[in-house]
Amino acid sequence: MKNRTRQFIVLTLLAALLLIAGCEKKSTAPPPPPPPPPPQPTASLSANPDSIQAGQSTQLTWRTENATDVSIESIGKVDPNGSKTVSPADSTTYRLIAKGPGGTQDATARVTVEAMSTTPVTESEEQMFARLVQDVFFDYDSFALRPETTQNLASASQFLQQHPNLRFTIEGHCDERGSTEYNLALGDSRAAAVRDQLTRNGVSADRIKTISYGKEKPFCSESNEQCWQQNRRGHFVLQK
Amino acid sequence: MIKRLAVLILLSLVSSSLLYAQTDWIRTGTGLGVEKVRLAVPDFKAAGADPQTAPLLTVFNQTLWNDLDNAGIFDLVSKSFYPLSVPGTPAELQLATWSNPPVNASMVAFGNFGVSGSNVAMQGWLYDARNSSAPMVLGKQYSDPASPDNARLHAHRFADEIIFRLGGGINGIAETKVYFISSRSGHKEVWQMDYDGAAQSQLTHLGSIASLSPRVSPDNTRIIFSSFAKRGLELMMYSLELGRIVSFPTYNGTNISPAWAPDGSKIAFSSSMHGHSEIYVADSAGANPKRLTVSSGHPDSSPAWNAKTGAQIAFVSGRTGEPQIYIMDADGTNVQRMTDTGYAVSPSWSPNGQLLTFAWRRSYGAGDPGGQDIYLMDVTTRQWVQLTHDSGVNDFPSWSPDGRHIVYESRQGGRSEIRSMLADGTKQHALTSSGENSQPNWSWK
Repeated sequence: MKNRTRQFIVLTLLAALLLIAGCEKKSTAPPPPPPPPPPQPTASLSANPDSIQAGQSTQLTWRTENATDVSIESIGKVDPNGSKTVSPADSTTYRLIAKGPGGTQDATARVTVEAMSTTPVTESEEQMFARLVQDVFFDYDSFALRPETTQNLASASQFLQQHPNLRFTIEGHCDERGSTEYNLALGDSRAAAVRDQLTRNGVSADRIKTISYGKEKPFCSESNEQCWQQNRRGHFVLQK
Repeated sequence: MIKRLAVLILLSLVSSSLLYAQTDWIRTGTGLGVEKVRLAVPDFKAAGADPQTAPLLTVFNQTLWNDLDNAGIFDLVSKSFYPLSVPGTPAELQLATWSNPPVNASMVAFGNFGVSGSNVAMQGWLYDARNSSAPMVLGKQYSDPASPDNARLHAHRFADEIIFRLGGGINGIAETKVYFISSRSGHKEVWQMDYDGAAQSQLTHLGSIASLSPRVSPDNTRIIFSSFAKRGLELMMYSLELGRIVSFPTYNGTNISPAWAPDGSKIAFSSSMHGHSEIYVADSAGANPKRLTVSSGHPDSSPAWNAKTGAQIAFVSGRTGEPQIYIMDADGTNVQRMTDTGYAVSPSWSPNGQLLTFAWRRSYGAGDPGGQDIYLMDVTTRQWVQLTHDSGVNDFPSWSPDGRHIVYESRQGGRSEIRSMLADGTKQHALTSSGENSQPNWSWK
């Protein structure tokens, strides 16, 4: 062998050494990838039913995922999944907060509470009575029903028959000009005329009381026709 | 001399024209124009020297004069004609000075009155001035604890004695009472006063919306009236003897305007206990009410019994529209209409059974500004006469038991007072002066 070949091999070995040395500098082993970030918690909250009357109860139901600390405002810490019966006095928005390594998530559910109606007459019935069963007005010294009165009493009778729980009094009044005693009797005739028209229309008589005040309990005291007309009336009073 | 003559002529002209106007209004021939006795009533003389006498003597003299002046049967001779010295006893009386001019009296009442110890004592005589041989008609003596009330009482008693003796045997009214409604306490309540307006006092203290229509029983012991209870107008009874409300049955409906039969055994009233306003009669305890009228819903009210026979009842009915006066037999039959027009209410039957007095607006309608007046009507002939003619609204006339007077309510200028008058419409004067007074009812004696 000659020197040349020997030189070639050394050079090649040297290059390889160099190469290898160089590679060893660049490529250390890659670090392991960072663990993936923890998933965000999810949360849902519902109320069933979502509308109740005061005193009734509703069921809250919730689901969470990826949460380690779950609580509902005004209730406290709860399991990640669960349900609970609640009976709020007023309309309330319930808020659930779910915390976990991945963050925080909240959810809400609204419960509407309706006020209880008063017994035995609901407020709306009283308002309807005032609107549909209106006072009746009379001519001077008369207890005759005017044509519009007969019409008004027809619709009043319909309403009264639909609300058979309602009981009421008809007061008979007179204006200041007539004689005291005769006006007491005239007031009675006025109240009776209204009562009789209602009973003819089918309203049961035992729901109706009549009372005469003559001219002793007027609605106004001026001496003019406007006030006098105000006082010549059959006045309805709902019994509570 | 001529001047005096001229004055006398003028005076007689004026008085005769007044008389003419008076008889012009009276057309019913009721005999109210009976010739009146010319009576002289000098002040009573003070008896004794007790200093308490003077004020009580003044009360006595004023009351005696008013009682005799208002009696309706005397022509009281004016005190300005009397001799200067007044007699206190028969020995001091010079009869001729009273029967001669200028006094010209037929009768003279005189006497003395004074405090003695703790009492007041009165001695009084009535002498016939034209009968010098046997002049004494009556002589009376009273003695009671000294007080203004008893000074008035002595005068009332003595006046009634004179009235009975000279008035044809009919009792005088000087000791009678009038029951009425007053709202001066803040509520309409039942009140009482002497027939001349003295001694007004409150009887009921109910404080209800109103108490109305008081009517005293024929024996003067109880007052029935109407008052607002919770469920409506009820009849109530007040005992004058016990000084309080006593029990009385309640009925359904509106119960008003009660009236006593003259024998005290029954009451009539208006009630809607069976659904409509009707006239009912019950016994004096309120039991067994019986319906007398038949109504189609119109008002029937204000019954008044024939005060002499109790066989008929007058009442007010709206059966033809405006209220009119009707009479019927006490069993409800034989209904007759008495008024023909206008607005007629509040009948009261005279003690002799022959006359009705009531309130009437003869021309009537919405907006009519006219007044309402007291009228007299003969039950048999239906002839009527108007008694009041002033403006204002007159209502609720009530006869006195002597049949000579009517007490009534008069509303003028927004105020309501009680007035009294003779049954011919003369001598109208007020009994009350304040406090909204109405619905008077005269006692039976």
